Amino acid sequence: MTDEALQLREVRGPSALGGGWRRTLELLYIIAVNDFKRTYFGTVLGYLWSLVRPLLLFAVLLAVFTHLVRFASVHHYTVLLLLNLVLFGFFSETTGQATSSVVNQENVVRKTQFPRLVIPLAVVLMSLFNLAINLVVAFAFILGFGVAPAWTWLLLPVIVLALTIYTTAVAMILASLFPRFRDVGIIWSVLATALFYATPVIYPLQRVHGVIGRLIAANPLTPILELARRWVIDPHAPITGGLLHILVPAATYLAVCVLGVWIFAREAPRIAESL
Amino acid sequence: MTEVAQLSRPRRALTSGPVVIEARGVTKTFRIPDQRMDSLRERLGHPLTRVRYRDLRALRSISFDVHRGEFFGIVGRNGSGKSTLLKILASIYRADHGRIRMAGRLAPFIELGVGFNPELTSRENVVLNGVLMGLSRHEARRRLDAVLDFAELREFADLKLKNYSSGMMVRLAFAAMVEADADIMLIDEVLAVGDAAFAQKCLDVFRARRAAGRTIVLVTHDMATVQSFCDRAMLLHDGELRYLGDPEETALRYYRLNFGGHTGAGGGDLPDVNVRLIDAWLEDPAGRRVENVEQGEPIGLNVIFEARHDLISPVFGFHFLTADGVQVFGFNRSLTVAEGEPDVLRAGQRARISGTIENPLLPGRYHVSALISRNHNQGDLALHVLQLLDFVVYGTQPGPGSVAVRADVEASVEGS
Repeated sequence: MTDEALQLREVRGPSALGGGWRRTLELLYIIAVNDFKRTYFGTVLGYLWSLVRPLLLFAVLLAVFTHLVRFASVHHYTVLLLLNLVLFGFFSETTGQATSSVVNQENVVRKTQFPRLVIPLAVVLMSLFNLAINLVVAFAFILGFGVAPAWTWLLLPVIVLALTIYTTAVAMILASLFPRFRDVGIIWSVLATALFYATPVIYPLQRVHGVIGRLIAANPLTPILELARRWVIDPHAPITGGLLHILVPAATYLAVCVLGVWIFAREAPRIAESL
Repeated sequence: MTEVAQLSRPRRALTSGPVVIEARGVTKTFRIPDQRMDSLRERLGHPLTRVRYRDLRALRSISFDVHRGEFFGIVGRNGSGKSTLLKILASIYRADHGRIRMAGRLAPFIELGVGFNPELTSRENVVLNGVLMGLSRHEARRRLDAVLDFAELREFADLKLKNYSSGMMVRLAFAAMVEADADIMLIDEVLAVGDAAFAQKCLDVFRARRAAGRTIVLVTHDMATVQSFCDRAMLLHDGELRYLGDPEETALRYYRLNFGGHTGAGGGDLPDVNVRLIDAWLEDPAGRRVENVEQGEPIGLNVIFEARHDLISPVFGFHFLTADGVQVFGFNRSLTVAEGEPDVLRAGQRARISGTIENPLLPGRYHVSALISRNHNQGDLALHVLQLLDFVVYGTQPGPGSVAVRADVEASVEGS
């Protein structure tokens, strides 16, 4: 043991973060990779599934929405739907998986000391990887359906960033509350379905009027989809409201983020006890 | 464990070395809801009713130091708070009050594991565990072979852990912990599981690490281990520190606590419900029953117990004490069973413990106490007979203390 190792350091118990950035990042990577491997373990196609699965899902959706449901007047409706589904799917899948993530890793949480935040973050990381693949496939469709490439496509990272921040914050809240209140899982599964319809995923926001329209416009996910539509698919798509509709969601993201970090940091030391 | 506690073993005095674990007033209270309120609805359903909690005081202001290179034992009955203390030391729980400071890298082994994921292969788990313990991914991969070799599980490296037997799982976990090569090892009850070969391997590791000057904190029910390995030991009872110091004394007090708990009012399970003493006697070398033993003559010990209920993995412990209750020596025995046979004494079956014991006792009055525990778990006491046998060693060569030892020591005039 070196003399440095003999320095007494305060032991403060488990925490959300802490224990060095290098270790946190390594853990994040290794847990995400393991999760990823586990998803495709025992399948014949293996990792190819991560590409094939969105392709097949898109095919189903295309069949349904081009023949059954039509918003014919919406420019490039089919690929808009695709893009919306990819973006919303990232949000709902990540938050859904994150909810039980800490409990699923019970063995590790109950027996080792490590920054607890790594667990939901690893879920986000893996979902981001899937999102990237889905976006590649989606863009292939977008080009295939005759949407002209535009310089605004380069702004896509901004959308992904905003979406990731919001998703991560919600994931943190759910993951930290679930060990204590198992109802969170059920409530969230219902809420996520409700959110799907309360977000302009399968319909354009302009079709909804009145109070409901304003409520949907206030949904923090709405501006993300609206901007994505305008930047990627239809530069002439109308944007609801003005600056206010950018500032309010931005403030919401920030608030949810602060709330998420606060709740997680508060719960982290006790998570092992409630498992 | 069939390790015989030595008559006297060189106890190392390491308390002058640097402190590597410093605990001051560590307190932990668990709030246990009287009726578990697991769901929001139960809470929301009774917004005006205060949720009633029962406070379980798991640890009450525990203070101690562990010095570098010490083998430090923590003993206590089930529920005494020892595992909670270990979890706080390992930063898995947070103490309510008090302060803990530590020096060096830590490797915990808690609840028979190091935090493996049953859905992953042992290869993936060992690397993940290495990173959890503070190694880089590169280092973690490098030590993978060593871990698999130590656990003797190389051919199962790519098998998911959920397909492992519990024994294999514990072996892998212990190997991962050992190979993390940490400065401080925190170990909870590793000896309670696994086969005899594995237990022997654990003891070998303890011996080697102890010799290498590593600090080991061991939570155990096995007093033989405490007596033969620990430099110091600590007895916890109901979350309080009852004794800290000499391991022999700790073990003795632990046994007394167990016994006291059984006879005390409302002491829960009655020990003699499980096992009944049928007979106990001493024999001389010719095989005759005797009341007393001649100095220097081997002691023939014979005891017969009958199980009232199935006893899984019973351990029979015997302690030889002086008339005033000072332990002289003792040993534990597990059932000798054929390979593949279950280590069980069935209800109605009798166990006979017999053999000869070397007799180092000086003339005087002695007694033998017996302890039977279950599940390889010395805390799970099935029977404690305080006065199993009472006998006199007679002879003409009295001396100081209780035992005579061979001493090849010579006194001579220097320089002649």
